[in-house]
Amino acid sequence: MQIPRTHYQVERFTLPNGLRVVLSPDRSAPVVGVAVVYDVGIRSEPEGRTGFAHLFEHLMFQGSTNLEKLAHFRHVQGAGGTFNGSTHLDYTDYFETVPSNALERMLFLEADRMRGPRLTEENLQNQIDVVKEEIRVNVLNRPYGGFPWLKLPPVMFDTFPNAHDGYGSFTDLEAATVSDAAEFFDRYYACGNATLSVSGDLDLDETRKLIEKHFGDVPSRPAPQRPDFDEPDLSEERRESYVDALAPLPAIAAAWRVPNPITKFGEYLPYVVLAEVLTDGEASRLVERMVLKDRSVTSVGGYLGFMGEPFEVRDPTALLLQAHMPPQGSADKVLATFDEELDRLANDGLAPGELARTQARMATHLLRETDAVLGRALRMAVLELQRGNPGLLNDLPHQLSEVTEEQIRQAAAALRPNRRASIEVMPGGGQS
Amino acid sequence: MTTTLPDLDENRPLTLPLQAEVTLPNGLTIIAIQRRSVPLAEVRLRVPFAETPLAPSSLISQTLLSGTSKKSTVEIAAELQTVGGGLNAAADPDRLLVSGNALVTGVDRLLELLAEVLFEASYPDHEVDTERDRLADRIQVALSQPSHLARVALLKRMYGTHPYAVQTPSVEEVRAVSPQDLRNLHAQRVKAAGATLVIVGDLDPEEALAAAERHLGAWDGGGSPLVLPDAPALVPGPLVLADRPGAVQSSLRIALPAVRRTDPDHAALQLANLVFGGYFSSRWVENIREDKGYTYGPHSSIEHSVAGSSLVVSAEVATEVTAPALVETLYELGRLASLPPAEAELEQARQYALGTLQLGMSTQAGLAGLASTYAGFGLRLNYLAEHAARLQAATLDDVRRVARDHLAPARGAVVVLGDASKIRDEVAAILPVAS
Repeated sequence: MQIPRTHYQVERFTLPNGLRVVLSPDRSAPVVGVAVVYDVGIRSEPEGRTGFAHLFEHLMFQGSTNLEKLAHFRHVQGAGGTFNGSTHLDYTDYFETVPSNALERMLFLEADRMRGPRLTEENLQNQIDVVKEEIRVNVLNRPYGGFPWLKLPPVMFDTFPNAHDGYGSFTDLEAATVSDAAEFFDRYYACGNATLSVSGDLDLDETRKLIEKHFGDVPSRPAPQRPDFDEPDLSEERRESYVDALAPLPAIAAAWRVPNPITKFGEYLPYVVLAEVLTDGEASRLVERMVLKDRSVTSVGGYLGFMGEPFEVRDPTALLLQAHMPPQGSADKVLATFDEELDRLANDGLAPGELARTQARMATHLLRETDAVLGRALRMAVLELQRGNPGLLNDLPHQLSEVTEEQIRQAAAALRPNRRASIEVMPGGGQS
Repeated sequence: MTTTLPDLDENRPLTLPLQAEVTLPNGLTIIAIQRRSVPLAEVRLRVPFAETPLAPSSLISQTLLSGTSKKSTVEIAAELQTVGGGLNAAADPDRLLVSGNALVTGVDRLLELLAEVLFEASYPDHEVDTERDRLADRIQVALSQPSHLARVALLKRMYGTHPYAVQTPSVEEVRAVSPQDLRNLHAQRVKAAGATLVIVGDLDPEEALAAAERHLGAWDGGGSPLVLPDAPALVPGPLVLADRPGAVQSSLRIALPAVRRTDPDHAALQLANLVFGGYFSSRWVENIREDKGYTYGPHSSIEHSVAGSSLVVSAEVATEVTAPALVETLYELGRLASLPPAEAELEQARQYALGTLQLGMSTQAGLAGLASTYAGFGLRLNYLAEHAARLQAATLDDVRRVARDHLAPARGAVVVLGDASKIRDEVAAILPVAS
């Protein structure tokens, strides 16, 4: 099957204040996606302030230079649009999808908060409460909360930036102050530390003028030096477990370090494909073996990066495999089967057609994500931020399809038990 | 520095995509829609499934793709993957929905494989056994999730003895399903009559119709589909408190009466719901999240099923503020039921409703979902334009009237899932609690 190529036009420029901009016109629907991405995430938050990057993201919605609290939401939705923001390990994004007649309004809103959010004690306390409820919904009041994205990093990593809980402890969240927030903004939310991306129903010249009008006078501040968060690879296996009081059934996740996704992209890509060879659909290696044949697990998944975003994560990161087990499931057996199947791939290679069909399906997944203007704007903003190469979006399906069987075998061979970190969920009872 | 909010440019017209439609002699309707944005195709097959037995209906969606007389489950999956494709199935009390996508060059092959599954799914004993255990495990996990437990309690409260009342089978019911039960259900109910196939993508609609007809023209019609009785009207009454010992949050749910999509009041009710709590910039969300900090993601939406519509208000709130959150919710419902909204609130909600219609149509997957859902209610995409016109025309008086008739707290059915030992007394001070 021929892997198709997209031809999104990509226009890049940098404003005098250092803000990098990516425009990608596509007039097939009267909507635009707007994304602003800052080069700061969970790994950059200070010790004693776990969860701060995410809490700060909330504060960016609480009013800004010219906007009262609640105004941002009302102006986006009152223009027929949707909005959100999210905090990741290596970046924080803010975005809107709107009918294209609202483009200039969105640029105004994003520029206004890039000049500075309104940081008040009242808003801070309110958003600490909201974030605590978010953590209760997503972690504390449900089974498998934070599994494995919050539970596995502390097993694999030793340094605070990589190992700590990115949602944050209630103690740390409650200790946050307005001046912490002001410092965090000053340090990390410089326009030289951000990218702006607009995709969809736009005119290039007109949009460029609007961006210069709204963002041109955002004060220039230097981007902070990003620390190297690298840690040595594991030399012996690490394995831990915990009891999840709400979980009725056992589960396990395992991770292995992979090459630097940015500086060693060519060596990294085979791992992205390997994860799919192992787990994408009923015809994948681990689903066929473990779910359908052995029945040792009820589901198994594999992906790159603790938040499952292979092209939006920096070093150090990992390939993860996670499995949910039946009542009498054995984590030992699951890990042993992972090893066996990786050995089999490394030694015997792939079946005829196996690699090509996996790559074809990956192309569909990638193209599908980029059909939405926002999917395109977000991915291009991060590709610009981390790689200076938003046009990679057009090439990704092809680059993945050029990964060879030999590269897959080598990647599988590198996932040895002595380099593995794993975390097991022991069911604590379940039905409450 | 620009300090004033830029005006909106003029509204973009709502343009429907190029499409074609045919109903085959076997009763299958095929709708093909063009969106050339990415070289893919989306497929949705909706088969009427009213009055199917619950446990077999749940399990058939997990085993439909588990093998045919010619291919194993792995072979079906591998052949789909070869064209960049994938299929999956899901069932609810209204329909069986088979969803999929593929590289557009593979859509013909995807339809061929879909037809093979529809004509010859074999429900092999071993595969059914595997999927039965998986489904039982999944149900056990669902029973530990507050969102699921709250949903179960709410549906039971809303629908009484109607088939909508229980939508998840018990583990025991699932374990009792045999492969032959699935084969029988498939033979009786996975039929072309009344089914709708939607294909959206980088394709010529007429050619897509021809391809679908080539593969599915021989699908057995099977007579007229069964129709569910209308869902019963909501009966107000005391609050139902479902106990979840140790819960650190309470799940608050209120069901209210709604109208169908085709009802003349639907647009006004949608706007009233938005003003109340249907989007972030609503009274209720601004109150209980942005002012009080009681909750993270409260939402309120109109849910349309074939046999009836309802409005459901949902929030997860900290255990210690369960009663105050309930008070604020009842207050905001009552306020909108008794006083008209401000003109600006209505206009903001109207723009949101109109804009999100445009956003929903702007992807292949979005169009496929809309076209398939509407088809299940006998509607077509032109409903979008008609609905937009009704949203434009709705007046303050309309919104006030429907809010009184639908959002008044006295009309609601309230369910709270939480740690009863901590919340019962406080909640009982606000509303009568069913014993």
